[in-house]
Amino acid sequence: MSFWLIQSLNSLALGGVLFTLAAGFSLIFGLMRIANLSHGAYFMLGAYVGLSVIDAGYSFFLAIFAAAIAIGLLGCIVERIILRRLAGNSLSQVLATLGIAFVIADCSLWFWGGDPRPVAAPSFLAGGVQIFGQTFPLYRIAVVFFSIFVAIGLWLLLEKTKLGVMIRASVDDRQMAQGIGVPATKLFSIVFCLGAALAGVGGIVAAPILSVYPGLDADMLPIALVVVILGGLGSLLGAFIGSFLIGFIYSFGQALFPDLAYIILFLPMLIILAVRPRGLFGKITA
Amino acid sequence: MSPILQVTDLIKSFGGLQVTKKVNLSVNPGERHLLIGPNGAGKTTLFNLISGDLVSDSGSIILEGRDVTKFPTGKRAQLDLARTYQILTLFGKDNLISNVKLALLGKMPLRWRCWGSFLSDPSLDQSALVILNKVGLGSKAYLPLEQTSYGEKRRLEIAMALAQNPKILLLDEPLAGLSTEERETITVLLKQIDRNITILMIEHDMEAALAFADRVTLLHYGEIITSGTRQEVVNDPRTKEIYLGY
Amino acid sequence: MASQILIAAIFAMSLNLLVGYAGLTSLGHAGYLGLAAYISSWLTVKLGWSHGSTAAIAIASTTAIAGIFGLIALRATGISFLMITLAFGQILWGLAYRWASVTGGDNGISGITRPSPFGLDLGEANYFYYFALFVFLLVWITITILVRSPFGATIRGTKDQPRRMSALGFNVWLIRWITFTACGFFGAIGGVMYAYYHQFISPHSLSLANSAEMLLMVIAGGAGTLMGPVIGAALVMLLKNVASQYVDHWVTLLGLVFIFIVMFIPGGIVAGFERIRNMMMGSK
Repeated sequence: MSFWLIQSLNSLALGGVLFTLAAGFSLIFGLMRIANLSHGAYFMLGAYVGLSVIDAGYSFFLAIFAAAIAIGLLGCIVERIILRRLAGNSLSQVLATLGIAFVIADCSLWFWGGDPRPVAAPSFLAGGVQIFGQTFPLYRIAVVFFSIFVAIGLWLLLEKTKLGVMIRASVDDRQMAQGIGVPATKLFSIVFCLGAALAGVGGIVAAPILSVYPGLDADMLPIALVVVILGGLGSLLGAFIGSFLIGFIYSFGQALFPDLAYIILFLPMLIILAVRPRGLFGKITA
Repeated sequence: MSPILQVTDLIKSFGGLQVTKKVNLSVNPGERHLLIGPNGAGKTTLFNLISGDLVSDSGSIILEGRDVTKFPTGKRAQLDLARTYQILTLFGKDNLISNVKLALLGKMPLRWRCWGSFLSDPSLDQSALVILNKVGLGSKAYLPLEQTSYGEKRRLEIAMALAQNPKILLLDEPLAGLSTEERETITVLLKQIDRNITILMIEHDMEAALAFADRVTLLHYGEIITSGTRQEVVNDPRTKEIYLGY
Repeated sequence: MASQILIAAIFAMSLNLLVGYAGLTSLGHAGYLGLAAYISSWLTVKLGWSHGSTAAIAIASTTAIAGIFGLIALRATGISFLMITLAFGQILWGLAYRWASVTGGDNGISGITRPSPFGLDLGEANYFYYFALFVFLLVWITITILVRSPFGATIRGTKDQPRRMSALGFNVWLIRWITFTACGFFGAIGGVMYAYYHQFISPHSLSLANSAEMLLMVIAGGAGTLMGPVIGAALVMLLKNVASQYVDHWVTLLGLVFIFIVMFIPGGIVAGFERIRNMMMGSK
C-alpha cells in the first residue's frame, strides 16, 4: 500500500515538473510551429542559474525568480536575433535551436563544471509530512501544488486576457488571426520568452528532485517531446494530462521494471503518432 | 460506347459543409468536356476527388470500367489518369527537360533502377525532347525552370501531363493568368492533342473554352446544375442566371 | 585521426541520403551506429565468431531493423518524423544503457579486435587507415551511383514535390522507405567500422548528442550534395580533435558555426564555396 502511495506521489511530482517543461514547448510549437530543440537546455540553464543564486546565499524564491528572468531574457534574445531572421523556414529554425542547445550545454559545462550538483529544497519545505502513517517528502507535495498553480496561471492567461485570446486565435488559425490584425511578430516574442522562462523555472523547481548535471538537457528534451506528442501539440490541457500520464508511467515503470522503464516512456508516443497523430487533445497535426 | 470516366453520386464534406453534393458525371472516350461554374463551385474539389488527392465520403469513381474510388493518387496515375494543377507544382530546381523526364519515369520500370545516369539517358532524353517540342519548348529544354516565364511554365505543366501518356487528362484552368498571346498558343496546343486522349477541363475563359468543348457541365455550390452539349448548356436559362446574376 | 574522419563521413553520407536527398530530417542516426557496433562486437567478443560473419550479421540485422523502423516512422512527416526518429534513437540508447547483462551497461563492450583481411593486421594504424579509406570509397561511390541514377532522381523528386510525384504515378512511400532502409544500411557499415576503430563501444556513442552531431555534419557541409557530408564530417572532427587542443570549448564553437551556417549559408559549406566561386567568376 505504501509503495503505491509513494510512487503515486513521485509520479505526481514528476508530472508537475514535466508540465512546466512541456507547457512552454507546446506553446511555442503551437504558436510558432517551431520544435524548440533547445528547450531542455533552457530547463538545465534555469536550474544552474537558480543554483548559483542559492550558492550566493539567497532564497529559493529568488532563485526561481532569477531563473525566470534570466532564461526569459535569453529566449527573447534568441528569438529576436536568430529565429525571427529564419521566419517561414521551419526546418532552419529547428536546426538553429539545435545549435543553440549545443552552445548552452557547453557553456554551462564551462561555467559550472562537470560535476552533478544536488540542490537543497528550501528549508521550510524540507523534511516530510505524515499521511496515513507514511512519510512523504514535503517538497514533492509542494511541487505538485506549484505545477497546478502554474497550470491555472497559464489557463487564466490564455482564457481571460487579451494576450491569451490572441495566442489562442493564432494557434487555431494563424492566417486568419493575422488577417484581423493580431501582431504576430510581437506575439511570437512574448510567447517564446514565456516558454523559455517556464522551462527555466521548471529546471530550478525540479532541481531538488533531479539535481543539475551536464546532460540534463539531453535527458529532459526527449521526455518533453513524448509529453507534448502524447498530449497533443498546441494544447495546454494536453500538456497537463500528458505530463502526469508520463509521470505515472515513468515512476511506476522505474520501480517495477527498471531495465525497461526508459523504453516504456516512448511506446505511448509511438503508438499515438502511428494511430492518432494529433495526440490526445491536440489541435495541430505535427 | 461506355464512358471512360463515370462519377456516380459523389459526396464530399468538410466539417459541416458539403462541398460536393451527389455529383454525377460521365465523360466519353475522346471527348472534350468542359467543367464550368462560378468561383467556389467546387470544380477543383471535384478534380481532386477524381485524381485521388481527396478521398470522397461516398459515391464511386469508375475509370475505364475499373472502380478507383479507394485508389491512391499514384495508382490512378498508373491507370492512365493525368492532371495539371491550378497552382504550379513543378520541380523548381531542375531544368525543363529534367521535369519532363521525371514525368516520363512515373510509369516506366526504369524508375527503380539504381545505377546509370538520369541526367544523360539518350532514349529518355529523346522522348522528353519530343514532348517538349510538342508544346513548343524544345529550344528551352536545358534552361533552368527559374529562367522561364509563367506562360512557359504552364506549357511545361501540360507537357508533363502529356508525358504520362494518359488516356484521360484533367486540366485545371490551363489558361489562368496568361496573356492573350499565350492563351492562343495554349489553345492551339490543346486542340492538337490527339483524340485518343480524353480531356476534362476546368476553365473560366469562356470564349476559348467553349470553342474547344464538345460537352459542358455547369457546377454551382457543389451541385451539377446542367450538363449537355455546348449549345444546350449555353442556352439553358439556369446558366444565364448563374453567370449574369452575379 | 584521418580514419576517424572517414568513418564520420560514412555516417554523414548515409544520413545525407535521407536528409539531403529525401528531405526527411532524422535525429536518430546514431542508433544505427550503436546497433551495428554492439551486434558485431558482442558476437566477436562474447561468442568469438569471425569478423567477416559478425560484420555481415550486424549490417544485415541493422538494415532489417531500419526497415521496421521505417514502417512506423514514415507514417509521419516533418516534425513528427523528426520526433519519431529521435524516439527510436533514445529507445536504442536506453536499451544499451539498461540491458546491462547483454550490453555491459555503462561500461560497454571493450576489447573489440580488428579484423585481419588477407592476413593484414589492422591493429596497425596505417593499415587500418587504408582499410577505412577503402570502405569509405566503396560507400561514397555506391551512394554517388545511387544518387545519379533514375531512382536517385525520383528520391529528389519526392523531396521537392511529393504531391506531384504521386500524381505522376510514383509510389512516394515506397521510395522513401527504400531510402530510409538504405540509410540504415550504410549507417550500419559505419557502425561496424566505428567499433573496429575505437575497439570499444558504449551507450554514449548512441546518444542524442551524437545523432545531433551527425545531423550537424550533414547540414554544415551541405545537405543534398555529394561532397557536403564529407566536408561536414571533416569540419566537426577537426574541431573535435584539433581545435579542442587550443580551444577548451570547441562545442560552443561548433554550435556557433552551425548557427551561422543555418542562418546565412543554408546550403552549407559547399554552397558557400559555390557562392565564392560565382563571385570570383563574376568579377572577371
